[in-house]
Amino acid sequence: MSLLEIDHLSKRFGGVVAVDDCSLSVPAGSITGLIGPNGSGKTTIFNLVTGFIARDQGGIRFKSQSIAGLGPDRVFDRGIGRTFQLARIFPRLTALENLLVPVRRSGLRALFSRAAWGSEKARAMEMLEFLEIAHVAGALGGSLSYGQRKLLELGAVMMSEPELVLLDEPAGGVNPALLERIADRLTRLNARGTTFLIVEHNMGFVMKLCSEVIVVHRGRQIANGNPEAVRTDPAVLDAYLGA
Amino acid sequence: MRLRDKRFLAGLALLLIFIIALVFPAIAPDSSTTNMGVFTLMYVGLATAWNIMGGYTGYISLGHAGFFGFGSYALGLLLAKLGIQGGYTPFLFVPLAGILTALLAVVVGWFALRTRAATFVIVTIAFMFILQLLAENLVGLTGGGAGLGFPSPPWRGAFYNIPFYYAMLVLALLGLGVSWWIRRSKFGLGLLAIRDDEDKALAVGVPAGAFKLTAFVVSAALVGMIGGVYGYYVTFIYPQFVVDPLIGISMVLMVFLGGLGTLGGPVLGALILEPAQLWLAYQYGASRLYLVFYASIFLLVILLMPRGIIPSVRDLLTRWRARAGGSNGAPGAMREPPAAAQEGAAP
Repeated sequence: MSLLEIDHLSKRFGGVVAVDDCSLSVPAGSITGLIGPNGSGKTTIFNLVTGFIARDQGGIRFKSQSIAGLGPDRVFDRGIGRTFQLARIFPRLTALENLLVPVRRSGLRALFSRAAWGSEKARAMEMLEFLEIAHVAGALGGSLSYGQRKLLELGAVMMSEPELVLLDEPAGGVNPALLERIADRLTRLNARGTTFLIVEHNMGFVMKLCSEVIVVHRGRQIANGNPEAVRTDPAVLDAYLGA
Repeated sequence: MRLRDKRFLAGLALLLIFIIALVFPAIAPDSSTTNMGVFTLMYVGLATAWNIMGGYTGYISLGHAGFFGFGSYALGLLLAKLGIQGGYTPFLFVPLAGILTALLAVVVGWFALRTRAATFVIVTIAFMFILQLLAENLVGLTGGGAGLGFPSPPWRGAFYNIPFYYAMLVLALLGLGVSWWIRRSKFGLGLLAIRDDEDKALAVGVPAGAFKLTAFVVSAALVGMIGGVYGYYVTFIYPQFVVDPLIGISMVLMVFLGGLGTLGGPVLGALILEPAQLWLAYQYGASRLYLVFYASIFLLVILLMPRGIIPSVRDLLTRWRARAGGSNGAPGAMREPPAAAQEGAAP
């Protein structure tokens, strides 16, 4: 069953066609890779799904319901979290506060009541421990290393228990040891029921982690399937090595 | 020092300041000192209210003087239309002036908050000047350049200032209470997240538009109420004096001096700058020398303490502690988690 379905989606920036009549689907419970050469439209697809930019045409359905036209906060509320290509955290908030920011299905009382924070704080500490960064709970986000920021960004998204998480280059700029830790945490979170759609250039990471891979080129899907099948697909080889 | 001890000391200091503020008119009953007290408390309230928007969300409004003037005119017109006489009764209408200002802020914020950064600053300035022009030109309503009169307060002599002093104290405390409540709530954390990175805040579900508008309206309502009391205090208001860019700039400067986005920063900034400004005004009359003083302070703050006194002192203490403890932690790198984040559920 598909959790996310993109149907004939298009987006132009002036004369540049970033996403061109693209259709794809992400199976529930999977870790799906979204790969393609630079400029193939991967991040634009993320931005369209999460409501950061408006589509020109096409449909986006999550759990069979249209989310096209919703703003980023509403998309998040529906259960889709995302990270950014360059880790983005709140630099003047502590690591713990960073995890307490996400708002999902909060009523007015939860927003203004201090009491509601009690259980959230306990969960935030658990998350920091799960990511092995509990020792920086009181440190300002801006003082953390890039790797810690990557983990913190993932933790902040996971705090609201989204059904689908879009990860934009989680392996970008991190050392091999941290990469192992990120891969391990993603696998464990996936085992708990979270579906991941990952944009990544590190093919080793993608092939090891993903059960499904979608390849886009010039804003269109050109291949999909299991990692082995995609690796040997002539269209994919052509996109990466050819023309 | 343990967190509990720190909290106890902070609470004790706050209690002491509150008691001093409460008995201040009895300690220094002469008119010029209580007048200074009225204006200082007015700016404590204004700076605190401005900080709810500018400090917490990072949206710098230079047009809050518009809300100050609007609140002033709103109360003056209400009292005139309802035929309210001078005395304590006009104070009861101050919340109504706040509500009317809040309604105006919903409309202004609806448009202004579609912009960010420098554009927002310019839109707020434009709003203020539009309001000033309206106050000058809607002669039938506001009296235009001839001004608008309030009912004369019945108090005489040294007692005249006292009711206004306590009215301003109540509004300053209300502002501080609201600011404190917001800062320790999830809503307040959302505002700080918007300040740090608005797009990222949206990506984690913070409804930035609604949050910013709420902060803007709350901030404006408080400023409007203070403007109302000010109008009643001076008994006659003119467009150029109540919708005065200098009032707006003073709020901003006080917050920047004390510490942007902190609870105590606006109070500290107002306690330093307003008495200094009044002293200079007394000393040098209408020479407006205080403007040179303001400009100098602003330059010094931007150059030496861009984050304001409280965050700078906090950083200095962290550095000292790190040095004393032999740690090489970067200043400002560690901060105690927020009160709400440190404790368990406290119904």
